[in-house]
Amino acid sequence: MTIASSSPPSRLPVGGAEGAGTKPRTRRARSRESQGDGRLAAVFIAPAMLGFLVFLLWPTLRGVYLSFTRFNLLTPPEWVGLDNYVRMVHDPIFWDSLTVTVEYVVINIGVQTVAALAIAVLLQRLTQSAMLRGIVLTPYLMSNVVAGLVWLWILDTQLGIGNEIISAIGFDRIPFLNDETWAIPTIALINVWRHVGYTALLLFAGLQAIPNDVYEAAKVDGASEWRMFWRITMPLLRPVLAVVLIMTVIGSFQVFDTVAVTTAGGPANATNVLQYYIYGSAFGRFQFGYASAMSVALLVVLSAITVLQYRLTRAGQTDLG
Amino acid sequence: MAAVTTTTTEIRPVRRRFSLGRVAAWTVMGLIVLITLLPFYWILRTALSTNAGLGADPANPLPVDLSTSGFERALGLQSAKEAVAQGGAGGGLDFWRYLLNSVIVSTLITGCQIFFSAMAAYAFARLRWRGRDKVFGLFLAGLMVPTIFTLLPNFVLIKQLHLVDTLLGIALPSLFMTPFAVFFLRQFFMNIPSEVEEAALLDGAGKVKIFFRVILPMASTPVITLSVLTYITSWNDYFWPLMVSYSDSSRVLTVALAIFRAQTPATGVDWSGLTAATLIAALPMLVLFACFARRIVSSIGFTGIK
Repeated sequence: MTIASSSPPSRLPVGGAEGAGTKPRTRRARSRESQGDGRLAAVFIAPAMLGFLVFLLWPTLRGVYLSFTRFNLLTPPEWVGLDNYVRMVHDPIFWDSLTVTVEYVVINIGVQTVAALAIAVLLQRLTQSAMLRGIVLTPYLMSNVVAGLVWLWILDTQLGIGNEIISAIGFDRIPFLNDETWAIPTIALINVWRHVGYTALLLFAGLQAIPNDVYEAAKVDGASEWRMFWRITMPLLRPVLAVVLIMTVIGSFQVFDTVAVTTAGGPANATNVLQYYIYGSAFGRFQFGYASAMSVALLVVLSAITVLQYRLTRAGQTDLG
Repeated sequence: MAAVTTTTTEIRPVRRRFSLGRVAAWTVMGLIVLITLLPFYWILRTALSTNAGLGADPANPLPVDLSTSGFERALGLQSAKEAVAQGGAGGGLDFWRYLLNSVIVSTLITGCQIFFSAMAAYAFARLRWRGRDKVFGLFLAGLMVPTIFTLLPNFVLIKQLHLVDTLLGIALPSLFMTPFAVFFLRQFFMNIPSEVEEAALLDGAGKVKIFFRVILPMASTPVITLSVLTYITSWNDYFWPLMVSYSDSSRVLTVALAIFRAQTPATGVDWSGLTAATLIAALPMLVLFACFARRIVSSIGFTGIK
């Protein structure tokens, strides 16, 4: 009851009246079909299109517009040209928060990539256990808020088990989240804990695409696991690694939740990441225009990274051969 | 891509040869599992302790003064006086309400977003219409706009729609689609052989019927994976709900937790109550994940971005 039994009629050159009658009907049917497709497609796309236009495209344009205005949410936006941008360039707190954000991203991504790679390779070379993969993913199920609170408690200076262990070994207690030098690395590592499993699974999926015979051939040649990692795994994984890396960089530039529940930007602006500063400017001081200008700056940074991503992935793809 | 799906099948015969390297590797793996899971145990242990006990014996690996008072405080079952006596803040926390709010918001977002995205994905993948590729390109470009960028303007819009401090206001921006969901589902719909659809067409089914009866059921695995991940994401979202909600009526669990933390006295944090609340907030996602773990774990390679 498929194509074979029903499609011939239109093709069969049955002469006379019947043939003459069939052809126009098919043409009409076909045009009706394509018309119907268009109308149906419009219906099917309408909700998504509405969402896209109202909550994605329009806000994007509006965000750019608002960055050229003074806007406190109560009175209509007032056009001020480049004022917000001029102010931003001369705002030491903005540059501080950008520096803090970059510091966070570097630590977060550095540690996370190495750890995720190690986990992914171990998962692939040691065992294919789905349960182990599930376990590694569990912190990802927590919200940043939960992860932040959990580690806030573990790292508490007075009662946290982390500091209990540190003092039991004989070191001084570390005020992880209350100290200007420790706070950002600590927050970066908390987020590594939450995200590393997910990143590892993405890399693991990339590893699965590397044919096993390559490893077997190398083994026959007497290559060590270490050598195979550098000579086979790394070069072949590079394209996937590049994509995952850039994705996680973009994600980690948007750090907010963990900072909000653990340090609230302190001590002394030490963890005042860009997102937090933007949020504070908008909802703390009602400077929506200035906050928008900083969002545009962030968007520019992230776009630059996206461009870099395309460069990197393309370079990587030739590598794969 | 197809190769990725075979991850669950054990194609690689693992050589069980004892060697120093393997022992070292397993040790590292064990350490990773420990670091991953130990915090969960530690919040459970803390939640079952009393604040007084925690202060007296912070390093005890077992709950100190085994007690459910932390959970009682988190769930608002204690009177303010009792709560303060045991180290709590005493402020009212309507936990069941926040839980319900989280469930409503996440369910609404997941249900609508996946359904509308699937409809759009079907139109992009299987229907023929003019300008299709251009419109799809526009959607794809949306993938590149970081969420942070749309948050402030979206807040302004939600405010103008008088939806601030409502559950609908929290859900609305992600209710209709995400470019990623459309992109993700389109990939799967395109891979369904056209013969299947043609056969249904010739059986007299309309395209709408085909979508519901043929395409959606055939793509159930990616739809479920995407749904669970969307549910987890919207459940865990903090930034946007924080912007939009001001009162109990629209407060979701993540925001409530942060407030719980902010309310506790700076000198003596109510750790027992806070960890209990944390556990309760995290539990639904752990259960959800446990139900679908195998499917999600093996198809995570597709999803790529969160």
